[in-house]
Amino acid sequence: MLKIKDLHASIDGKEILKGINLEVKAGEVHAIMGPNGSGKSTLASVLAGREDYEVTQGSITYKDQDVLELAPEERAREGIFLAFQYPVEIPGVSTTNFLKTAINQIREHKGLEALDAVSFLKEMKTKMKLVDIDQALLSRSLNEGFSGGEKKRNEIFQMAMLEPTLSILDETDSGLDIDALRIVSDGVNKLKTKDNATIVVTHYQRLLEYIVPDYVHVLYNGRIVKSGTKELALELEEKGYDWVKEEKVA
Amino acid sequence: MSKDNQILEEFTSKEYEHGWNIDMEADQAPKGLSEEIVRFISAKKEEPEWLLEWRLKAYEKWTQMEEPNWANVEFPKINYQDIIYYSAPKQKAKPKSLDEVDPEMLETFKKLGISLEEQKRLTGVAVDAVFDSVSVATTFKDKLGELGIIFCSFSEAVKNHPELVKKYIGSVVPVNDNYFAALNSAVFSDGSFCYIPKGVRCPMELSTYFRINAANTGQFERTLIVAEEGSYVSYLEGCTAPQRDENQLHAAVVEIYAKADAEVKYSTVQNWYPGDENGKGGIYNFVTKRGICAGDRSKISWTQVETGSAITWKYPSCILKGDDSVGEFYSVAVTNKMQQADTGTKMIHIGKNTRSRVVSKGVSAGKSQNSYRGQVKIMKRAENARNFSQCDSLLMGNLCGAHTFPYIDIENSTAQVEHEATTSKIGEDQIFYCTQRGIDEESATALIINGYCKEVLNQLPMEFAVEAQKLLALTLEGSVG
Repeated sequence: MLKIKDLHASIDGKEILKGINLEVKAGEVHAIMGPNGSGKSTLASVLAGREDYEVTQGSITYKDQDVLELAPEERAREGIFLAFQYPVEIPGVSTTNFLKTAINQIREHKGLEALDAVSFLKEMKTKMKLVDIDQALLSRSLNEGFSGGEKKRNEIFQMAMLEPTLSILDETDSGLDIDALRIVSDGVNKLKTKDNATIVVTHYQRLLEYIVPDYVHVLYNGRIVKSGTKELALELEEKGYDWVKEEKVA
Repeated sequence: MSKDNQILEEFTSKEYEHGWNIDMEADQAPKGLSEEIVRFISAKKEEPEWLLEWRLKAYEKWTQMEEPNWANVEFPKINYQDIIYYSAPKQKAKPKSLDEVDPEMLETFKKLGISLEEQKRLTGVAVDAVFDSVSVATTFKDKLGELGIIFCSFSEAVKNHPELVKKYIGSVVPVNDNYFAALNSAVFSDGSFCYIPKGVRCPMELSTYFRINAANTGQFERTLIVAEEGSYVSYLEGCTAPQRDENQLHAAVVEIYAKADAEVKYSTVQNWYPGDENGKGGIYNFVTKRGICAGDRSKISWTQVETGSAITWKYPSCILKGDDSVGEFYSVAVTNKMQQADTGTKMIHIGKNTRSRVVSKGVSAGKSQNSYRGQVKIMKRAENARNFSQCDSLLMGNLCGAHTFPYIDIENSTAQVEHEATTSKIGEDQIFYCTQRGIDEESATALIINGYCKEVLNQLPMEFAVEAQKLLALTLEGSVG
């Protein structure tokens, strides 16, 4: 589904990603772990097409398409979803209105008719249950005045509504207490099918107790320095990132 | 003979001395402004003597005034002697169907979501019998007539209701109020008159009717709205469809007179031609709009969506004279390319317990300049007056400017005046958040802008709010990045 080959990316002339190789197949969950500043969030942003980053080398293919040729909205319409680490506030625009706009643009892109109000609300109701989100929250201005937990839950709700094939969760666990973490993870797990894939970007092993990955990759200094199964996450938790750093040097 | 008349007489004979003669049969006046021209206009419109004198008085005041220059706008000096002040409405050849209309214009209508029938009307296509706008208008007029509501052109009002016009014209905006108001008073072409009798609630937005009849009111428009005790009216001026006009200078006057317990809601959507990329050929829109809450517990609410004109210079204001009266001003002013807007409001608190609320949302894009200028004045008598002002500016790009000039003047210590102002930029973060969800940049911008202006757009009549939203998007098309 997703193939990243020798990906180099920089911001303001400073190279952050220094040759990433990664392959993700449908139905898989990959965790990307790493210390602060290792390039985790950069990787997530580059996949979603954030313009601040310049890809200097390498390739990303997704469903046999050259992702780097696609604008952010085109990637989204092809099913790439990024759950933001810091969801952005949009005053005066409700989540409902926001999602209706998004869904109908995606549908238009796919040559489908716009979703009528009844079907849309029905869909909302179903997905609201999935992430245990309150109707009132969805009528408020998007992310404005939301608590940390509400923001993250709203991200997963959007993911549920948009039904992406590749979801990238960027530090979705940051700022969440245990209860919120469980609700958010539950939502992600319920959305998992054999046809979609998830990339979980996280600093801590904690999230991976809830969202169990098939593969764990350790990112350090812009490269994936270690890959393994979920046990790797536990080992990391135990030994700390210094272990990887030392191994890398050695 | 009064002193005024004496002066007038002198002026008149002077003009004649120069052998200046106007052909009264002509469809338009010669260029320039003089007492003779004022007389010509008045005669052409078959006006009564008192109105002619009123115009002449205004003209005389105007000659003694200087064009103001305090606004934060720049434009080449206007040569007032190079303007034609009267021109009879022309009958243009009407296109037979929409196929004959400029496709670019039709595309714009489509984007604004204007119905086919209305498109025909706006482009002057002859309409079929079922949708005959004249018959629709007549139906409205009958219904309003039953309630005693008068709603007609200013000229008709002068003919049919001279006592009302005479009583209220200039009562809110005196002829010598300001340079452009004086000019308008001297040469106003036509406009609208609206009278709501005591205790009557106007059952429809006067928008629908107005939009059918708005064409060709000319560059010096005059509107007078009188709301008797306990009456209510919602009035809508303008149109989202782009309006072009060969006259560059527009100096309109709007007066609202609200008696006790009356409420007047006045909404404007202004989309005059803003000129080309360099601002060439755009309309100068210098307007005086003022309402007086003369009676206790009366309320006047201004809502405006300003997207057009090369230069917009206007401050819809409220004089809160009656005790417990309320003034409101909700504004969205969008400027793009080389547009300049200096707009805001004045809230003059005279009565006790008077309240005013100001919500101004400015959006600047391109190389435009957008200024909010607002005055809140609390007079000595105005016990417990309250004002809340919120002025937000949104910038798109690095070449535009947003400015806020609040003037607060308080003479009564019981007053509560709050002023909040924010300036923000449409963030790349916001745009990226939207595009990541599959929304393209143009739609994302529209979504963000409409969200930002929501509080004001909510004040508009429903169908108009929808059109206004699309208009905002259209105005800012291509200004991202």
